Amino acid sequence: MSIFVDENTKVVVQGISPTSQGLYHGLRNRAYGTQVVAGTNPKRGGEEIEGIPIFATVAEAVKATGANASFISVPPKFAADAIIEAAAAGVPFVVCITEGIPAIDEALTYNRLIRDFPSTRLLGPNCPGIISPGKCNIGITSGDIAMAGGPVGIVSRSGTLTYQALHELSQHGVGQTSCVGIGGDPVPGTSFIDCLRAFEADPDTRAIMMIGEIGGSAEEEAAEFIASSVTKPVVSYVAGVTAPPGRKMGHAGAIISGSKGTAQAKMDALSAAGVTVAQNLSEAGEAMVDVVKELA
Amino acid sequence: MDLFEYQGKQYFARFGIPISKGGVADTVDEAVVQAGQAGYPVVVKAQVKVGGRGKAGGVKLANDADEVRTHAGNILGLDIKGHVVKRLWIEHASDIEREYYASFTLDRSAKKHLGMLSAEGGVEIEEVAVTNPDAIALIHVDPVDGLSLEAAREWVDRANLDEPARAQAAELLVKLYTCYTEGDCDLAEINPLILTPEGKVHALDAKVTLDDNAAYRHPEWEEFAGADVQDEREARAKERGLNYIGLDGSVGIIANGAGLAMSTLDVVNQCGGSAANFLDIGGGANADVMAAALEVINSDPAVRSIFVNIFGGITLVDEVAKGILEALERVEIHSPIVLRLDGTNAVAGREILADHLSDRLVAEPTMLDAARRVVALAGGQS
Repeated sequence: MSIFVDENTKVVVQGISPTSQGLYHGLRNRAYGTQVVAGTNPKRGGEEIEGIPIFATVAEAVKATGANASFISVPPKFAADAIIEAAAAGVPFVVCITEGIPAIDEALTYNRLIRDFPSTRLLGPNCPGIISPGKCNIGITSGDIAMAGGPVGIVSRSGTLTYQALHELSQHGVGQTSCVGIGGDPVPGTSFIDCLRAFEADPDTRAIMMIGEIGGSAEEEAAEFIASSVTKPVVSYVAGVTAPPGRKMGHAGAIISGSKGTAQAKMDALSAAGVTVAQNLSEAGEAMVDVVKELA
Repeated sequence: MDLFEYQGKQYFARFGIPISKGGVADTVDEAVVQAGQAGYPVVVKAQVKVGGRGKAGGVKLANDADEVRTHAGNILGLDIKGHVVKRLWIEHASDIEREYYASFTLDRSAKKHLGMLSAEGGVEIEEVAVTNPDAIALIHVDPVDGLSLEAAREWVDRANLDEPARAQAAELLVKLYTCYTEGDCDLAEINPLILTPEGKVHALDAKVTLDDNAAYRHPEWEEFAGADVQDEREARAKERGLNYIGLDGSVGIIANGAGLAMSTLDVVNQCGGSAANFLDIGGGANADVMAAALEVINSDPAVRSIFVNIFGGITLVDEVAKGILEALERVEIHSPIVLRLDGTNAVAGREILADHLSDRLVAEPTMLDAARRVVALAGGQS
């Protein structure tokens, strides 16, 4: 099995046009085997682009195609409305990879979803998306670095480190059930804890790799959750041990001040929760190989 | 983007938050003119983006033009924790009855906005937070609801502000919340928020951090940009649209994605080296961006070797490879380059570079191998 998306996931790509990022990524996802069943564009309802039927709204796309996931890569100023449109249309799983959404909009959108559309899960924004190898890929992850068959579930805050983690495991012949990039923004729709809970409940996921980075307290909160509610082995890596304090390093999330949110504090919290903490991703990959051997 | 105090106060004023009458001065003569307009006595305040300027002698009271001349002359050019004072804010001096503290920021754990208010404001607020956290009244504001005047009144009562300050403070806090949200601040902080003997409440300081992601809907922010440059390397990189942070080591770092760039710093450090910079070329970087990144690194004399660490997702590795060749043609790169290329179109990328590899352009199969090599080339441990 896998979490959040699988072979039955039908994706509507929001904001599609012959030149859009949405089309580019949507076609790559389709080539991987993902069911990309629809696109939306208010000006192109009724058209078809590369064999993808286009609808004016998400609601129409859902009605006509039974889409149960949406993919958003529109520019920041349109992203919040796109997320709410998908939720209002009843889409249960929304992936938004858009980078650069103002924090105020993100916080507002998160709280609107919680309150008005509690059955919709948002993944992202500012994330690489999700891949359940061999079944479904929504987002920008290169499908050929993933390996189907499990037994490892991956959850990560950083895009490129997500790829690196997939790569390390696949190189060792260790497959993945699902790999979720939750994104590095201040208010992610889906948290480490949401993913840990889902992996814990998924019978095919037998070990979890969690990749964090400096800033905020999401890793510390995840550590508490692992200690109380995760029985499966967890291997972790936290990026940013050598990052200078008080500097924003690219991700809105990756900012630290004082000792709060430092990589060391996060690593200590995870260790205390019984997590195997690696110093880099090569080491994390090797540690996971050992964990998987023990499972067999 | 952090604002200077004067910019923060001007930003507050747009949202109706009362501030002291004042103006900016870059010279002693301008300071005297501004002091005359603000009305004596005045406070001469160094404009630097670092705390502790009062203790460093960067804030002085002046009762007449001679005193303004003396203080302005002393403060301009003063080095406060590595920040040289180039600009002053001169404002009418306020009599202070009480000092409070007020701020809004995002609570990432609660995923709501967090207001903090204390009757014990002033320079020691961080100490108050540690020794007497109950003296800071917190309020979580749901972004969907916003902050009502009623909620602000209840909050002010809970913070136990002095009776004469309460009604004005509640109104001011609603305005501060509006400034924080509509003004797209990561942080909007007033310390101290004062009550004067005449019973007026107003902001005596301003600490504002703007959310760079919201710049597209704030054309007025352009005036804030470029007002202070601390690191010339960072200025050069910014001109080229690169996400660069200067550091003290000798290994130049180029990576795609903030996480991978941070991880690259970590691995170089674990191999006994130290990074000269953080440079994230972002997702979807093309040949031009890669070439610009190499040129920026090349202009740093401390760099002795360069680590290009790319894991293609949106970023296409063949584009990156073209950029490396382009940069090599355009400028003479002083330091040897160690490459680690994986991900989307990595095979094509490696092929493009295959004929150009030498002891100046080295490819390694893994991130760890590349880190060891680049540290050795920088003269560190291997």
